[in-house]
Amino acid sequence: MEDQELPYVLIDCIEGKHGVYKDHLGFLKKRFCLITMKEYLENKEILSKKIRAIYMWYHKPVIDEELLRSLPNLKIVSSSGVGIDHLDLKLLSRFGVKVSNTPFAVSTDTADFGMALMLASARRLVEGYQMAVSPDTEYFPGNWLGVKVSGATLGIVGMGTIGYKVAQRAKAFEMKILYHNRNQRNKEEESAVGAVYCKKIDDLLQQSDFVMLAVNLTPQTHKLIGKRELELMKPTATLVNISRGLVVDQDALMEALQNKVIRAAALDVTYPEPLPRDHPLLKMKNVIITPHIGSATEDTRRIMMQDMAESIEAALAGLPVPNEVVL
Amino acid sequence: RPTIDRELLESLPNLKVIANSGVGVDHLDLKMISSFGVKVTNTPQAVADSTADMGMALMLASARRLVEGCQIAISPDTEHFAVDWLGVEVTRATLGIIGMGSIGYKVAQRAKAFEMKILYHNRNRRKMEEEQAVGAHYCEKMDDLLQQSDFVLLVVSLSPETRKLIGKRELGLMKPTATLINISRGAVIDQDALVEALQKKIIRAAALDVTYPEPLPRDHPLLKLNNIIITPHIGTATVQAIRMMAEEAITNMLAVLNGQPIPSEVV
Repeated sequence: MEDQELPYVLIDCIEGKHGVYKDHLGFLKKRFCLITMKEYLENKEILSKKIRAIYMWYHKPVIDEELLRSLPNLKIVSSSGVGIDHLDLKLLSRFGVKVSNTPFAVSTDTADFGMALMLASARRLVEGYQMAVSPDTEYFPGNWLGVKVSGATLGIVGMGTIGYKVAQRAKAFEMKILYHNRNQRNKEEESAVGAVYCKKIDDLLQQSDFVMLAVNLTPQTHKLIGKRELELMKPTATLVNISRGLVVDQDALMEALQNKVIRAAALDVTYPEPLPRDHPLLKMKNVIITPHIGSATEDTRRIMMQDMAESIEAALAGLPVPNEVVL
Repeated sequence: RPTIDRELLESLPNLKVIANSGVGVDHLDLKMISSFGVKVTNTPQAVADSTADMGMALMLASARRLVEGCQIAISPDTEHFAVDWLGVEVTRATLGIIGMGSIGYKVAQRAKAFEMKILYHNRNRRKMEEEQAVGAHYCEKMDDLLQQSDFVLLVVSLSPETRKLIGKRELGLMKPTATLINISRGAVIDQDALVEALQKKIIRAAALDVTYPEPLPRDHPLLKLNNIIITPHIGTATVQAIRMMAEEAITNMLAVLNGQPIPSEVV
C-alpha cells in the first residue's frame, strides 16, 4: 500500500531576504511537501490541484484572484505575524479559503520593542550613540538632556494582547498608565497594571507624556492619529508606533515634528516600508525609525512558524483551526 | 567641575562641604578632602531611576539591535527590509546584576516585569524580602552569575576592588550569546579585553554608557565594532534628574551648614 503523500503547501521561496528560513525547513518538511512559486509556475497543470495550503511568510507569496482561481483545493492561507491588513479577506472568503495568523507568538517581542523604542526616544539613545562615535566629538556636553520615563504618563491606544503586555512592563517603571480601547477591560485586568480607561481618546492624548499605538489596522483606525490628535498632545510628548504605518497620518506627523507640536516620534512601522529614500522623516533628528522588527527574534520566528504549521494541519484535517481569523 | 585639588582646598579656609551632583565620587580624592575637615555628599536618590532606566534602555536596544535597525531604516542603500534580520529576546531571558545597590535593585524591579530570571552578585546579600520582591537569586560567586546570564549588567561603584572587575577571564566565562551592559564606570571593565572579546565573538555584544576615558580617542577600536552601542554617559541626563540632583545637593549642603543630619554623606 502506497504511503500517503504529505500535503502540498505553496510558499514563495526558500532563504534569502524574504524566504522561508533555512533552519525552519526541517520542521516544515516533516509535515508538508513544500512547493515554491517558481516550481509551481513551472508545473502548474499538475501542482495546481495538489496545493491545499499557502504558507504566507511576510506577505509572500502575493495572493490575487487569479491565483485563487487556479488552486481549486486550497483550504487555508496561513499568514505570519498578527496583521492581516495585507489580505483581501472578502476575496478569500468568496473562495471558501480559511485564514490564520500568529497573534500570540508576536505579542511579547512586540511589547518589548515598544518599550525599547519609548526608552530609546526619551533618552535620545540613537543621537547619543552618534555623538559617542562621531569623529568630530571632542568632549561630551553637559547640557545635553532627554526626558524621563520612570514616573511619566503612558497612554496606550489599543489595549489588546500587545497593549496589555506593554502596560505590564511600564508599570514596573512606575509609569501612570492610561488606555483607550474599543472596549474597556475588566476591573481586575485594569488594577493589575494600574491602567485608567479613557473613553475619549482626546483625554488620553492631552495627559500623556508617551502615546503608544498598539491597535490593528482597520477602516476605523486608518489615520487615527492626524493633525488634530497631534495638536491635542503635549509639546513635550513622544509618539511611539508599533502598530501599522497607516494608523498615523504621516504628512501631519512630519509637520507636527517640524513645528515642535510634539517632542519626538519612534516608529517601527511606516507607510510604505521602507519609506522612499528622500522622505523627510528619514532626516529628522527627533525621529527614530526601525525596519519593522517588532517580532524579529529567532525564538519568536520559530514559534510563529510552528503556529502556522499547526493551523495548516488542522485546516487540512477538517478540525477547528487555531488562530483562525474569523471573516 | 570645578576640579578640587590641594591648592584650592588650602585657599578656602571656611569650606565645609563639597556637594557632588551624581552618585559616583571616584573622581574625588576623599582622603585628601577629609584631611581638610571638609565633608563630601552625593545624590544617590536623584540618579537611581534615570540610571536604572538607562540600563534597561541599553539592554533592550542591544538585544533588539535598535541602533543597527535605525541605520538600515534610513540608509540611502536600503531597498527592502530583510525578513531574516533578527535580534535576541529580552523577555524570559536571564539577567545577571553585578552590584545590587539602589540602582541595581531598581533595574531588577523593571526586569521582573519582563519575566526575566534575575541573578545578582553583591558585596552583601540583600534581605530575603527584598530578594523575593524581585525574584532575585544571590550568586555568592560572580563566576556563577557570568556563566548563566544572557545579559550581564554592571552597576557597582568604582573602587580599588571593582577596577577591572570584568577582564579576559570573566568575559571568557560568559555565554557566547551574552550581552555586557555597563552603567557604572568605564574602569570597571578591562577595555582591551573587551575589544578582543567582541572581535572574536566571545560574547555577542556590549552596550556601554561609560568608558575610560570619556570620550574615547577617536581611533579607539571599540568605536569601529558593529556589535557595540556606546552612549555619552547620559545615565542621568534628563530634565527631571538634573533638577532633582540639584535639589538633593542643595539639601545636603544646607544640612551640613546648619549642623543637621546629612542625608547622603560619603564617608
